[in-house]
Amino acid sequence: MPVNPDLQGRTLPPTAPVVVTAERIAAFAAAVGASDPGIAPPTFAIVVQQAALDALLAEPDTGFEIRNVVHAEQRFAARRPVVAGDELTGTMTVTAVRTVGSNAMVSAETVIADASGETVTTATSTLLVGGES
Amino acid sequence: MRLDELAVGEVVAERDVHLTRASLVAYADASGDQNPIHQDEAVAKAVGLPGVIAHGMLTMGLAVQPVVDWLGALDPAESAETGPRILEYGVRFTRMVLVDADSGADVHIVAKVGAIDAEADTARIDLAVTSGDETVLGKAQVLVGRSAD
Repeated sequence: MPVNPDLQGRTLPPTAPVVVTAERIAAFAAAVGASDPGIAPPTFAIVVQQAALDALLAEPDTGFEIRNVVHAEQRFAARRPVVAGDELTGTMTVTAVRTVGSNAMVSAETVIADASGETVTTATSTLLVGGES
Repeated sequence: MRLDELAVGEVVAERDVHLTRASLVAYADASGDQNPIHQDEAVAKAVGLPGVIAHGMLTMGLAVQPVVDWLGALDPAESAETGPRILEYGVRFTRMVLVDADSGADVHIVAKVGAIDAEADTARIDLAVTSGDETVLGKAQVLVGRSAD
């Protein structure tokens, strides 16, 4: 089943808040080899994008599943660092669906905001979705 | 310090990282990315991969840590609030990092000053990230400065 081209332009509802705890920062920091377990690594916001992506994959009409997804590009623009105590929600918009042979490139922008609604980080991602094998 | 005191081409950090299958499980749990292609050989092969591969985001995440440490040590007189920080970070995932069940994988990172904007007091740090002599991240660039505005 090919990727549904109608996904382009779709904005998903905001994710449930991701509660950032010191424990969660420390686990992520350890997993990427950070030397300070108290500082959220620059890529920590991926946990929010991940939640938004899971919500996208749960849509009934995407035409693809996680096992067929390979990450092609990722970018973060940080307004401020993530800190323990943040409650972050991600609002994902599918900005482009491009078909390349039996594959598709799906681009999305996730605006990650804190509990007051201020943007903390904007995460942009391009996924390569393989044809069913 | 001002970032324009740096020299383009200057190596600011370098690091070797060894990854094992356990590293991938730890990253999956910490990040929430439980895609089985990063843990299960049979699933990886079923979707046409040569074997279990590292999460691209794990490679991206570990590749920037030498820059984090360099920034933290740049000027002891500046606090984390006033000193330069990472404003933007982007990569292309150009090649998969295969993580062998027994021997794991080695990733080598070199961080160099790629460009300086004296007016904005920002610097672009370019990361060369290789595994087994092959480049695994393309256009891996870190913008450092004091403000996103």
